[in-house]
Amino acid sequence: MAKKKLSFEESVRRLDEIVKHLESGDLPLEESLALFEEGTHLVSSCNTMLDEAEQKVSILRVGKDGSVREEPFDGEEDL
Amino acid sequence: MEKEVFTVSRLNALLKECIESVPVFHNVCVLGEVSNYKLYSSGHAYFSLKDAESTLSCVLFKGNARMVRFRPENGMQVLAVGRVSVYPRDGKYQLYVNAMMPSGAGDLQAAFEQLKAKLDAEGLFSPEAKKPLPCFPAKIALVTSPAGAAVRDMIRILGVRWPRAEILVVPVRVQGAEAPSEICAAIRLVNENHLADLIITGRGGGSMEDLWGFNDERVARAVFASRIPVISAVGHEPDVTIIDYVADQRASTPSNAAEIAVPDQAEIRSGLQNAGVRLWKAMEKKLDVSRKLLTSYASRRVLSEAGEVLNLRRMDVDLLRERLLFHQQRILSAKKHHFSALTASLDALSPLKVLSRGYTAALDGEDRIVRSVTALSPGEEIGLQFADGRAECTVNTLFTGKSFSTVFNKE
Repeated sequence: MAKKKLSFEESVRRLDEIVKHLESGDLPLEESLALFEEGTHLVSSCNTMLDEAEQKVSILRVGKDGSVREEPFDGEEDL
Repeated sequence: MEKEVFTVSRLNALLKECIESVPVFHNVCVLGEVSNYKLYSSGHAYFSLKDAESTLSCVLFKGNARMVRFRPENGMQVLAVGRVSVYPRDGKYQLYVNAMMPSGAGDLQAAFEQLKAKLDAEGLFSPEAKKPLPCFPAKIALVTSPAGAAVRDMIRILGVRWPRAEILVVPVRVQGAEAPSEICAAIRLVNENHLADLIITGRGGGSMEDLWGFNDERVARAVFASRIPVISAVGHEPDVTIIDYVADQRASTPSNAAEIAVPDQAEIRSGLQNAGVRLWKAMEKKLDVSRKLLTSYASRRVLSEAGEVLNLRRMDVDLLRERLLFHQQRILSAKKHHFSALTASLDALSPLKVLSRGYTAALDGEDRIVRSVTALSPGEEIGLQFADGRAECTVNTLFTGKSFSTVFNKE
């Protein structure tokens, strides 16, 4: 079905497109069905992406040489 | 001549007219100390201005209060600008304040207005220069102090609304002389290393002096130069700083910035549900139309010979409808069962799990599982696989039947 993994934003855009296209009703039956299948897949994959989301918080550290590195940030700290 | 008798209302109204007719009262500038300052939930503030000898009642209406860039406090020396009039209900005259500034901060205020005018003239505030914010930011850089309520509130609200967005705290000082250069450097760093697709910079509330770092020209230019969209989030609702004008979007507080930065997942979820319903309805409608079309074709005489073909097409439609139903049910049940099935099967399938309960597996000479005693003969070499190791054994005697249960019965 999905050729490549769409980002959340791409999925939502595509879904919107599909709903509008399908609602226009001027497609052949087979094509409608293919869109319907793609649409329902997008709905469930978007929901899965939301379910699996877990907030990641890091803090930026800058080395003396100007290199940057991200470390987990858990709470607050003084500068 | 008889003396005219006034009603109280009439007299107060007269006094009001009288005072309002004097031009100098339309726009007066009063220096005094704030006392009895009271901010009502309506947003209007009532207070007095006093000096050593006298006091003056003052009102600061909500609309004007928004323009006051500091939080008036009792004891503060301020310069208030407004008109004098009478409040007829109480028979008292008062100053209706339009603008107010700390009298000591006159220089800061002047500097602020000057810089604002300069940057405005250069086009740093122009609406055309504002970049759109990403709808679903993947990573948000918080250029702020890593300590305090502001960063905590932002992380919490972003986490509730849109946990998919990764957060990168870029620690800077947000007040004091070093603040502006640190904020500039942080904004540049995030840009140069493409560390985020959205920047929020700001701090919690404080005095005008505390917030001053965000009125710095260098900070304003760094925000303007950022290729990554910037949301400014400085202080409380009434605080306005220079970067609020330059930023691609101004938030009234850090929490408000978190709300602006990301969508609310609850809304997105209901949007998805809605899309699902619309898909389903559109598909049903399409099927209905196709079915009716077929029926009408089938009833035409010319086509009756093609009846068989049509019947085949009808079956196609039925098949499609079934596929549709199948999909709907699959999607409904798949989500429910996916997780529990996954964990259950993982557990059940794990040979280690079984072995760790005290069972062993017998393996023949080629390391295949021995499933029946009849596959063995006395004298044969077998391996016994335990959870934590293996024993090489020789078969002595073979019994058929459920010897396993007799072992347990003995106990």
